[in-house]
Amino acid sequence: MSAADTIAERESEIVEEFSMMDEWLDKYEHIIELGRSLPLVDPEFRSDAWKVKGCQSQVWLQPGFEDGQVVFKADSDAAITKGLVALMVRVLSHQPPAAVASAPLAFLERIGLREHLSPTRSNGLASMVKQMKLYAATYAAKEGTNHG
Amino acid sequence: MSVFSPDEIRTLRSRFPILSRTVHGKALVYLDSAASSQVPESVISAEANFQRTLRANVHRGVHTLSQEATEVHEGLRDRIQKLVGASRREEIVFARGTTEAINLVAWTFGRQKLDAGDVVLAGELEHHANLVPWQIVAPQKGALVEKIPALDDGTLDFRAFLSLLDSRPVKILALQHVSNALGTVHPIQRFVAEARSRGIATLVDAAQSLPHMAVDVGAVGCDFLAFSAHKMYGPTGLGFLYGRHELLEAMPPWQGGGDMIDRVSFSGTTFHEPPWRFEAGTPNYVAAPGMHAALDFREEIGIDRIRERETELLRYALSALEGIPGLRIIGSPPERAAVVSFVLEGIHHYDAGVFLDQMGIAVRTGHHCAQPAMDRYGVTGTIRASFAVFNTEEEIDLLAAGVRRLRKLLG
Repeated sequence: MSAADTIAERESEIVEEFSMMDEWLDKYEHIIELGRSLPLVDPEFRSDAWKVKGCQSQVWLQPGFEDGQVVFKADSDAAITKGLVALMVRVLSHQPPAAVASAPLAFLERIGLREHLSPTRSNGLASMVKQMKLYAATYAAKEGTNHG
Repeated sequence: MSVFSPDEIRTLRSRFPILSRTVHGKALVYLDSAASSQVPESVISAEANFQRTLRANVHRGVHTLSQEATEVHEGLRDRIQKLVGASRREEIVFARGTTEAINLVAWTFGRQKLDAGDVVLAGELEHHANLVPWQIVAPQKGALVEKIPALDDGTLDFRAFLSLLDSRPVKILALQHVSNALGTVHPIQRFVAEARSRGIATLVDAAQSLPHMAVDVGAVGCDFLAFSAHKMYGPTGLGFLYGRHELLEAMPPWQGGGDMIDRVSFSGTTFHEPPWRFEAGTPNYVAAPGMHAALDFREEIGIDRIRERETELLRYALSALEGIPGLRIIGSPPERAAVVSFVLEGIHHYDAGVFLDQMGIAVRTGHHCAQPAMDRYGVTGTIRASFAVFNTEEEIDLLAAGVRRLRKLLG
């Protein structure tokens, strides 16, 4: 995956990937497969302090900042959540902080998985995206301070 | 020989409109009645007709609509009195649900009864609704909330209970009749009798028992009994508290507002008699006609037949699930009500819930608002299938097939 492509381009790539799958089962199998290749959090981040709370499945999120870009690693105890987390990391990791903070993230809706991002959903994904954006906004602010 | 003939089951199911809908293109298999049961058409139309022809606020008006609406509302109190065998209609308090009913007792009776060092005893399998209110109120009086430990089979440790009664200054016993997480039917009379003989007040959370069996407060012997309409084929936003009259009479009001007062002035306000003292503000009177219809349904089918049918379904489910490799049913209590809770080795309950949903099967996954119970059995959550009189063996077959399938997909 190139680090140069934009969030919108990565989203389109995912939408295209999923457009070939009509069956829900294919979609979920693909999501679970993606979860298996997720860059896992370092052991010290698999702790309560880095946990994004969901009612049923847990997500651990490790933020980082390298060469002016936000980098995320993540993990979840549920396979589907982990796959959805992998999609989010794929779209948002190695991107400029300002772009992450303001990303509209419409791709889940376009691949028919919008319900997973609902704040009432118990998988913690909505909280994770919120958290990712918050980290990005913090990095963006710091960067502004450093340059200013 | 089944309790119902295939024709009877078909007719029964046709009375629940929602059962004909599809989910993700598949026929809905609704196995979440322990969270909320579905409602028959008669309940829906009773509420709708009331809205069309009778809607008016209760207790206040002299006009015809208000008086007729009050008759429906107060008439429900009479029927609930009869349902649980209370000796007076004034012993039935309307609430939003079981949760509010228990909070009412904790915040009024609990605060009145508890002193520093006292103990509220609750079961390890309690729903949070019968645990957290006590955890909030007890410390205000310097009192403690302690548990009756659960055993591996999903029952409570009766011997430990007895020794707690004798070794700790227990003032209140707050106990569920049936576990929402595991389905265990506790021998509630034995627990209550032991508590009462020591002068301990007793509250029974009957949210999961009344939908499935007859519950008589005289037979149970408790001081308080709380339950909800929406788990017994009735409307949401309506629940009931039975309270022994002499206790209700001595209890201070909780929420203030209209309807609960005797006389209000800036120099001092006096309060209404129970049960109205505890019913501040406009009640959910639109739910009353729905609950009447739900009780009609219950009486028409007969609670004993409902119980028999559900037991039949439960046995069928246990044997259908038991043979699935990697599936572990939590608890094996001698008596269980219409609930089976299980985990799948190597599969997260959330993933199972999402996959079963895609197959049109509605089960509950997670901790079921009973986290101490989950901790006790070393799981973060379970998959819970719960049954009502409208479920079928075919639906249980679909559940078992769905579980086998998701084991292949996720295992």
